[in-house]
Formats: sequence, C-alpha cells, structure tokens
Amino acid sequence: MNHFPQAWGRPRDDIYGPYDGSFLHDSRPNQHTTTPIVTGTSVIAIKFKDGVVIAADNLASYGSLARFTNVKRLRKFAETSVIGFGGDISDMQYLDRALNNLEIKHAYDSSGHSLNAKNLHTYLAKKFYQRRSKLDPLWNHVLVAGLDDEDKPFLASADLYGTTFSSPSLATGFGAHLAQPLLRKLVPDEEAATKLSLESAINAVKESLKVLYYRDARSMDKYSIAVITKDGIELKENEKLENQSWAFAEKIRGYGTQVN
Amino acid sequence: MTSIGTGYDLTNSVFSPDGRNFQVEYAVKAVENGGTSIGIKCKDGVVLAVEKIITSKLLKPGANNRIATVDRHIGTVSSGLIPDGRHFEQRAREEASSWRQIYKSPISTADLANRMGQYLQLYTLYSSVRPFGITAIIAGWDSESEIPVDSEVGSGPEIGSGGKAEGKTYGGPGLFMIEPSGSYWGYYGAATGKGRQTAKAELEKLDLASGTLSLLDGVNEAAKIIYLAHADNKDKEFELEMTWISSLNGPTKGRHEHVPKDILDEAERLAKGALDGEDDDDDSKSEDVKMEG
Repeated sequence: MNHFPQAWGRPRDDIYGPYDGSFLHDSRPNQHTTTPIVTGTSVIAIKFKDGVVIAADNLASYGSLARFTNVKRLRKFAETSVIGFGGDISDMQYLDRALNNLEIKHAYDSSGHSLNAKNLHTYLAKKFYQRRSKLDPLWNHVLVAGLDDEDKPFLASADLYGTTFSSPSLATGFGAHLAQPLLRKLVPDEEAATKLSLESAINAVKESLKVLYYRDARSMDKYSIAVITKDGIELKENEKLENQSWAFAEKIRGYGTQVN
Repeated sequence: MTSIGTGYDLTNSVFSPDGRNFQVEYAVKAVENGGTSIGIKCKDGVVLAVEKIITSKLLKPGANNRIATVDRHIGTVSSGLIPDGRHFEQRAREEASSWRQIYKSPISTADLANRMGQYLQLYTLYSSVRPFGITAIIAGWDSESEIPVDSEVGSGPEIGSGGKAEGKTYGGPGLFMIEPSGSYWGYYGAATGKGRQTAKAELEKLDLASGTLSLLDGVNEAAKIIYLAHADNKDKEFELEMTWISSLNGPTKGRHEHVPKDILDEAERLAKGALDGEDDDDDSKSEDVKMEG
C-alpha cells in the first residue's frame, strides 16, 4: 500500500519506472465557464388544453447593469417547438447554433419527420449533462415547449446540471419562486391543464410576468410570448406589460411615524 | 479530336498540344449518358426535376432520391455517375455547414456554386484523381428579408446605416450549372444529361429571361420537359422526381422541398397529355436531336 495519494491509480514506479505526467499538462490552462456573465432571468410556461404558452422578458443583464434590452430569449426550432433560455446568453447562442445544425442535419436523412419538442428536450438534457460532467457546464436553465410524438402538449425543463423534470407549469430562476405558485393555482395537476383555455393560460402568464417585474430586480417590462399548438407557433417578441398598479404608492409615507 | 490515341488522353491534368484536357472531356461523355436533369428559374421560385431511369422493377417507387437538400434553402441534382453525385452533395452540405459556422448565416446559392465550382476544378489538376463524372445543377432561394443570423440576439441600432442601399433589391432565386471541368454559369433554365438537347430547346421556348413564369407553371413545364426529353430513351421506364424552392411568401417559405404529391401528379398528368397531343411533332423532334447528337 502506497500512502501517497498522487500515486494512487497509477503504475508503480518500482516496476514501470517514474510516472510520465506530461500528458496531464497542456501548454495553456483549461478555460471553463466558472460563472455566467451576461444573463437572462426567468422563463415561465404553462400547458393548456391545446398546447403550451411560454414567455420570457427581453432583458440580458450584465451583473446588475440592464445592459441589453432587446434580447429575444424564446427561440423557435424545427417549426415545432419553442425553447425559452434562462441563464448565460453566450451559452444560449452556442445552443442555438447547435440546435440549428441539428435541425438541418436531421432533415438531410429523414423523410418528412421533423424533430418535436420531446426530441429537442432529450438532446438538450444530454448536452447539459455531458458538459457538467466535463466540469464545463453550459450555464443555462431552459424550458422546452411544444408537442410530443402523440401531438400532446409537452413542457419540460433542463438545466446546467442535466437535471430534467416536467410539470403542467414550469418556471426558471426567480420565476420558480414567484410565478410557479400563481400558475399552480390554475393547473395543480395534468388533469387541470387538459381543461385550461388558451385565454386563461395567456392571462396567467401575463399576470406572472407582472409579478416578476414588480419583484425581480433583473427583469424588464418588455417581453416575448409564444403559443404552441397543433396549428403551429405564434411568437410575439415585442410585448409590453400593461395595467401595472402603482397608484397606491402615493399614499405611502415613511416607515412608521412620518405623516407627510 | 486529332490528338486522340497519341497519349495525351491517358492522364488527368495533362494538356494536349492544342490545350485540352481529354480526361475532362471523357468525363463529359459520362454525363451525356446519365438521366436528364433540369432546373428552371421562375418569378417566385426555382424548380428542379430529374428523370430517374428505373433499372429494375424491384426498386421501390419514390425512394432513392436524386435531388438533395443543402442547408434549408438550396437543392442540388446531377446527371452522370450517381456516386459522384452523392459525393458532390455531401461536399455541398459540408461547405454550407462551414459557411454557417464562419459567417453565422445561410450560404447564398451563388457562393455555394462558387465553392463547388472550385471543388470540381481541383479534380482536374492532379493525375492522382479523376474528374467528376457529373454535371450538377444548384438551385436556391436567397432570402430577401432580414433573416436573423444564427444565435443573433436583439438587433442593431434603429437609426443610422444598416449596411443596405436604398432602392436595391436583395436575395431572390439562384440557378447554376457546374460541369466536370469546374466551370459554372448562372442560368435562367439549365439542362444536362441524355435528353439535354430536347430539354434546352424546350427551355428556350419559355422566355425565362423575362421573369414572368410563375412557380406553379414552372413545375408543370419542368414535368413536361422531362417527359419530352425521355422520348429519346423510350425503351426504359422512368420516374419523375421534382423539388422546388419558393420565396418566403410562397408555398415552401424559402425552403427546398419535394413538390407535394397532388401537385406533382397533376403536373405529370398534364405532361402526359401534352406528349400524347403533339405525338407527331414529337417524333420528328427526337429524330432531329438524334441527328445532331
């Protein structure tokens, strides 16, 4: 038994000669993403009876600076699905490229079968898990919205760890704390989602975005929203939050004793 | 071909005393034996069609596609040695993919034709390779609207120079034909393969230069031309394969796709009708062609 941990798992020096560790070293250090730089905040989505509604605001923050105010974080893929990206924007761009290439290559050798949301989610989840296993994660939390292979509404999440889950409503980041409870009131289970109308779904999403704008310091009132049904995708990228309630603010004075 | 038999035709990339590369000219002979393929540039799209000779009744109808998609918006087809055609399409896809990787946008039809022209020309430079035994047609629609580049987020400033000149139109249809020598030209209508002479004669009648032919008429004309060109080759059965690319407002939304079955069937019905109608004309025509060839 050798008591030097650096020798563990390596050939014995007394038999094989000194260990050649040169392959362990590159001329340059490995460069891995250790922290996201330009970031997008929450993505929220809810299933309804005919499909899925998904939304995210158009802000990309640079730390606490609201640096880019016209960034579209909902992206259409394969004419069948919308992916909402939260987290690092450069990694979002990388994934966008990867998914576009995937779609083009898939079309080369398949006759008439396009990728559905379920396929894209599987692909993304594996990509995320592969990268975190290399200790070089893609710093995103994404929601994949669309239809599955039976044309049923599909909504699932995948994040930088490769963790995946699915639910009738989903939200990333801040939305998981503020929007998810509101959405869950509407669709506590799959059963409820199969009865939900498009209007209530859209209203719920807009209400949730408003709550997020009130309380999330990295959010913005300009947003994108997409509705995915069997008939296709309706993506609106330049929406603005309406009916905010600020009238009460005038009446607030001080923190206790101040009267005017 | 006075220099034939004097040794100048034994190796690729060798000049004959009168400045020709015989190996390339022999490759053209291989093209002249292949099934006819054509391309037509229309007002609002491009059509590709190919006569697929059925070599066995055991081949599955509708399978073994000869027209390939490159990226989303370009189609390629070739006449001549089929495996050379496959190599061509594979290379075209690699070029389109590498273009995307570098420029973050889809390759234009003209740029792909240029890349593939260069690639074929490389195969006339060395004695260690042989020229491509195909003449290929590349057809595409370059989007005239602002397409977001891959992974683009947001947009540029709303004021100031957007890099585009006012009054100038961008995008539109592209049609190119590349020969084994690597030379390529843009065409209004292109034809190659066994029935090219008949097909060319028919294409010339269409007045494509005026840019008035609609895409749907183009589909019908293409079917008619392939049927007519097949008259030279009547002893063999054939199958018509046809694809199209329309403008963004058209039926394919700027993508290269197979012509849907109902439209293809209708085009074939019209083509057969036209062929029966002018059967007498036709016999004399094909004889003319034989005399020319």
